[in-house]
Amino acid sequence: MVNALAVGAVSLATLVVLTPLVMILGTVIIHGMAGVNWSFFTQIPKPVGEAGGGMANAIVGSAMILLVASAIGIPLGVGAGIFLAEYGRNFYGNIVRFTSDVLNGIPSIVIGITAYALVVLKQGHFSLLAGGIALGIMMVPTVCRTTEEVLLMVPQSIREAALGLGIPQWRTTLSVVVRTATAGIVTSIMLAFARVAGETAPLLFTSLNNSFWNWKLSEQTASMPMQIFVYSISAYDDWIQKAWTGAMVLIAMIIFTVILVRFVTNRGMLKGAR
Amino acid sequence: MDIGIHVKDLNAWFGKTQALYNIALEIPAKRTTAIIGPSGCGKSTFVRCLNRMHETIPQATVKGEVKIADLDVYGKGVSPVWIRRRVGMVFQKANPFPTMSIYDNVAAGLKLNGFSNRRQLDAVVERSLRSAALWDEVKDIAKKKSGASLSGGQQQRLCLARALAVEPEVLLMDEPASALDPISTAKIEDLIFELKEKYTVVIVTHNMQQAARVAEYTAFFLMGNLVEFDKTEKMFTKPSDKRTEDYITGRFG
Repeated sequence: MVNALAVGAVSLATLVVLTPLVMILGTVIIHGMAGVNWSFFTQIPKPVGEAGGGMANAIVGSAMILLVASAIGIPLGVGAGIFLAEYGRNFYGNIVRFTSDVLNGIPSIVIGITAYALVVLKQGHFSLLAGGIALGIMMVPTVCRTTEEVLLMVPQSIREAALGLGIPQWRTTLSVVVRTATAGIVTSIMLAFARVAGETAPLLFTSLNNSFWNWKLSEQTASMPMQIFVYSISAYDDWIQKAWTGAMVLIAMIIFTVILVRFVTNRGMLKGAR
Repeated sequence: MDIGIHVKDLNAWFGKTQALYNIALEIPAKRTTAIIGPSGCGKSTFVRCLNRMHETIPQATVKGEVKIADLDVYGKGVSPVWIRRRVGMVFQKANPFPTMSIYDNVAAGLKLNGFSNRRQLDAVVERSLRSAALWDEVKDIAKKKSGASLSGGQQQRLCLARALAVEPEVLLMDEPASALDPISTAKIEDLIFELKEKYTVVIVTHNMQQAARVAEYTAFFLMGNLVEFDKTEKMFTKPSDKRTEDYITGRFG
């Protein structure tokens, strides 16, 4: 009886959690599918008043910003996580832990302003690089703390086995501990990646927007979230339609990236290991 | 009789708690020495001091002298990493590297120290697995299956093969068979019997019959002190200390 109640309660909770997800995805797909066509993925926006055009430059811009963000956020986050788990049981570790948690709680727009002050003002103009730095900073605390958690889950006996073989500490950490926890670390990176991929506020102050192609780190650039934002508050039906499609494509891109990374990292590992 | 390991005035602590008191003994080379005693008497701590694994635990400290042949284990400038390559260890719970294949587990000690000659690695892996009596069971799956996919007894023999692959002089075994069934235990014991031809073996055990079966020499520890160290035969028939006799006859512990 109690068991049935408990099962009922958790099932209900699951349903409550899933409902908004399904509703959001459903709405986005219903509205978004209408705007899916070849030019959406291949063309840049047409001038105001002209029909057609697409978000190709924003898709590329987002991909490049995320690439820069990952290049900053992943090594810093994973590195700090390794430090915390393997060498951070002390005062310095606690400082890093505290700082990381605070950073995690800072509103994304404040991070955007910080990147504006540090990069945009120095460069004298908005840039893709600044956007990447802002999102990269946002990735660090998530990657760092979850990496620490998964590394701590690696049993102490595994570390002892490696040390007992005369393998130096640094090698033990990299080739044994981190390798054992790779699946978990990848998950932590994907979490952080998915979280920043849809961020708009930090980009307002950094990469801003661009109606044309941009392939340079030093120029301002279009990005999916910015383009969706601009289109969704516009007065034109065509643009609002593009905003829906953009939202759908952005979600699809995030899901696709996560699945792709999982697939690639899983293939390299042994089946019996998990 | 050659002396394999020379221990003098060895003291060990966990934080402020002292775990070993002035241990002094001479462990013979190319023989098997059993360390017996009740739980918490410092057996494991003692063997972990021999390859400097004790100090990997936070706040654990050691003072004293350990010499393996001419090597001063706690000498100035002596790296624990170097010591551990000469003193192999098998732990109580089998701990193969879960993400590595059986082959890579055995090769790990060499590979992760920068050794990469494929043909020589193949030879070392085969020889080590044969020494651990595991070769016939895994030769076809060594590169395909994870070390974690083996049974408990096989995993422990895999750990033994892994320790042998780096060709240590001394092999420490911390209750290597305490989590295994009688058949797997018998296999490990047979192996220990063969290993002493090449290695100085120190085995910690709870099981006094096991000590009697595999070891020529036995040391009895009690509350961080070495009570008695002698030939196993003598220890089990005519112990010279009353406490040893009480423990062996089962009056306590």
